[in-house]
Amino acid sequence: MNRSKLIRFTHGACISLKELPCLDFTEFRESLLEEIAGDGRVASFFAMPADDGFDLYAILAHDWREEFALLHCRVGDVYPALTPDCPQLHLFEREIAEQYGVLPEGHPWLKPVRFHNSWVDAADIWRRDPQQHPIPGDMDFYRVEGAGVHEVAVGPVHAGVIEPGHFRFQCHGEEVLSLEISLGFQHRGLEPQLIGGPHPASIHQMEAAAGDTTIGHTTAYSQVLESLAGVEVASRAYSVRAIALELERLANHIGDIGAMAGDVGYLPTASFCGRLRGDYLNLTAELCGSRFGRGLVRPGGVAFDLDLPLQEKLLQRLAVLEPETRGAVELCFDSPSVLARFEGTGRLSTDDAETLGLVGVAARACGLMRDARLHHPVAEREFDTPVIDTDGDVFARGNVRRQEIYASHDLIRDLIKRLPEGEDQRSLGPLAADSLALSVCEGWRGEVVHVGITDGAGKLARYKIVDPSFHNWSGLAMVLRGQQISDFPLCNKSFNLSYCGFDL
Amino acid sequence: MLNMIRERLRQGHRTGKFPRQEPSLPERFRGLPEVAANLTHPQINVAVNGCPFNALSEINGKMQIDLGRCIFCADCPAVAEGALSFSRDYRLAASHRDDLRYGDDIYRLADKLNERMLKLFGRSLKLRQVSAGGCNACEADLNVLGTLVYDLGRFGIQFVASPRHADGILVTGPVTENMKSALLDTYAAIPEPKLVIASGACAIGGGPFRDCAEVNNGIGELLPVDLYIPGCPPHPFTALDALLRLLGKR
Ligand code: SF4
Ligand code: SF4
Repeated sequence: MNRSKLIRFTHGACISLKELPCLDFTEFRESLLEEIAGDGRVASFFAMPADDGFDLYAILAHDWREEFALLHCRVGDVYPALTPDCPQLHLFEREIAEQYGVLPEGHPWLKPVRFHNSWVDAADIWRRDPQQHPIPGDMDFYRVEGAGVHEVAVGPVHAGVIEPGHFRFQCHGEEVLSLEISLGFQHRGLEPQLIGGPHPASIHQMEAAAGDTTIGHTTAYSQVLESLAGVEVASRAYSVRAIALELERLANHIGDIGAMAGDVGYLPTASFCGRLRGDYLNLTAELCGSRFGRGLVRPGGVAFDLDLPLQEKLLQRLAVLEPETRGAVELCFDSPSVLARFEGTGRLSTDDAETLGLVGVAARACGLMRDARLHHPVAEREFDTPVIDTDGDVFARGNVRRQEIYASHDLIRDLIKRLPEGEDQRSLGPLAADSLALSVCEGWRGEVVHVGITDGAGKLARYKIVDPSFHNWSGLAMVLRGQQISDFPLCNKSFNLSYCGFDL
Repeated sequence: MLNMIRERLRQGHRTGKFPRQEPSLPERFRGLPEVAANLTHPQINVAVNGCPFNALSEINGKMQIDLGRCIFCADCPAVAEGALSFSRDYRLAASHRDDLRYGDDIYRLADKLNERMLKLFGRSLKLRQVSAGGCNACEADLNVLGTLVYDLGRFGIQFVASPRHADGILVTGPVTENMKSALLDTYAAIPEPKLVIASGACAIGGGPFRDCAEVNNGIGELLPVDLYIPGCPPHPFTALDALLRLLGKR
C-alpha cells in the first residue's frame, strides 16, 4: 500500500484538510482493513457532505504505537459496506445511512440507530415519510421462530429511575437466544447543534452529552478546540482535569459495584457504596460547586482552581474515604455467595470483544489493554498502572472497577502532590480553518472520542462524538446469548452503559 | 458474617438529620441566584445578552431571572458583570411557572398541596419517574434520594415501577421527540388524581437543549405541572426540600 496516502498522527495534532489525500474507495477499504489487521481499531468513522457526494473519514487507533491513522475518501450515495469485513463498523455505517441517506450496500444488519430524519435532503433508506418524525423502535427486530420460543420486550420506560431504551429478547424458556437493543429515545440532536460553532451554548451541551461523564466529554471537547486553536493547555489545568476525571471515575465505579452487589441481593455493600458514591461526588462539588463537574472544564483550561486549602481538604477526605471504600468493596468480593453469582455470568471472549471493538472497562475485563490514559495522553503521561482481567464475565468487570478505584486514589494523591504552579486558563484564539482535530479522553466507562472539522472560516463544519457506550452496547447484547433472562439486570449493571451518550 | 458486622460498625450510622438540621453544602455550591439592586440599563443589557439560554430579561428597568431556564453556569457573564450572584441557598422549588421569574423581590417557594390532595398523598406518595431526554445527571441525583443519607422512604415517598401504582409522575429531560408519546402514555396510565413534577432545567424549559430541533422545551406545554424543581441537576437536598414542601412537611 502507498503509505504516503495515509496520515499518521498523535493525540493533539491539528491536521490540515488540504494536505489530506483523498483515496479512491478501493484503496480506502484496503488500507482500512490492513490497519485493522495490523493491530488497529476503529476510534471514529463518520461522513460529511461534500460538493459531489460525501466524505468518509476513518480514524484508527494504534494503542501500543501511541498513534492514530486517518483515512479519507469520497463516495456517492451508495458504497459497498465495510461491516462484513470489519464488524466493529456495523453501527457507524448504520449511523451514516441514517444521517445522510448513504447506503452501505450489503450491510448485514441495516437498521436505524437513533430514529431521526435525515440531516440532508436525501431519500430515506427505510422509505419512511420524510415529512413525519420517525417512530422510535419502528424497525424489523430479529426474530427466532420455533416451538417454545417467546419474545420479551422491555422499555422504553423502565422500572427504576433510569434512562429509556428498548430491549427485545428472544427466549426459549428462561434461556435468551438473542437480545436486540434499540435506542434513540434520548436523541437530542447534539452533533448538528455544533455546526457553525462553537456557540455559547455548546460547552453546556457537551457537559450534558452524558451527564455522568461530564468531565470526560468536556475534556474531550476542550482538547479538540485547543488542538484546532493551536493552544496547549496550561499544565496546572491539565492536572486539575486529570484529578476531576479520576473523581468522576471513583464515584461511578463505586456506584456500579454497589449496584452490582444490590442486584445479587448483597445489601451491605450496596448501601455502603450508595453513600460513598455521594461522598466522591461531593468532592467534585468542593472543586467546582457541582457534583457532576458542571462548570469545571473549559476550552483553554479549567474555571476553578485547586488551591492549597482545597488540596488539603481533598487529601484529608480521601484519607478517610479510602479505607471505608476498601472495606465496602472487599466485603462483597470476599463473600462466596456474591462470587458465585458474579463468576461465569455474562462472559464475553477476548476475540468477540476485539471483533466488536469494545473499549474501556468492558474491554479491559476481556483482556484487551485499551486505556487512553496510558496510550494517548495529550501531554505528559501521568498514569502507568492500567488494570486488566481476562475472564470477561461480571466478576471481571467488577474486579477491573475495584482495582481501578484503588489506582485512582493513588493517582489523585500523586497528581495533587505534583500539581504544577501557574495559570489555569489560557484564552483560545480563532480555530484553524479547514482542519481536523481528534481528541480522546479515558472517561470512566472508556474512551470518549471527539472529532472536530472546521470550514474555511474556522467554524465547525462537522463534529463527531463517540461515547464508549456506542461501542459497548453490542457487547452487552452479545453476553446475553445463552444466558438466563433473569441475569439480564446483573449483566446490564456490570456494563452500565449510557443511553444519552449513545443517543446524542 | 463477622466481617459484615465489623464493616457495618466501621461504616457507622449515616442517615442524615435533614430536615431537622440544615445540610452543609460545599463553599462553591451555586444555589438561589440573587439579582443585584440598582443596576444600570447598560449593565443589565450586557448581562441579558450574555446568557446563552435567555434566562435573564429586563422588565421595567429591572433585571429578572427565570429559574426555569437558568442552568446555574459557573461562568455566567452576568456574575462577571456584578449583576447576579449565587447564594448557597439550596431551596429552589416553586408551585407556579411564574414564580420562577423574579428580580430583586423575594423568591416564592412552593406551597403545600391543597387539603384534599394532602389527605390523599400527605403520608404516602408514590411517584413514577420518566426520563425524557435527560442527561442522566438529574436521574442520578434522584436515585441518590434512595440511599441511606437521604432515605426518602422515611417520609413516605417512594419511586415505583408501575404507573398504575403511582400517585404522580416526575419528569426529567427536555422531552425528546422520541420520548414524547412514551411520556404521555405513562402519564395517562396513572390513576386520577395525579401530580406532575418537573425536575431540572430540561424538564422545566429545555435546559441546555432549549430550542434544539429534536426536543420539546420541557413538559410545560404537554402536562399540567404541580411542582417545579430548578437546577442542572437539582441538588438532592433541593429535590428533597421540594417534595417535603409539597407534602407540607417543611
Ligand atoms: S447562570 Fe447561565 S443560564 Fe443562568 S443566567 Fe447565567 S448564563 Fe444564564
Ligand atoms: S437539567 Fe441539566 S442535569 Fe438535568 S437532565 Fe437537563 S442537562 Fe441534565
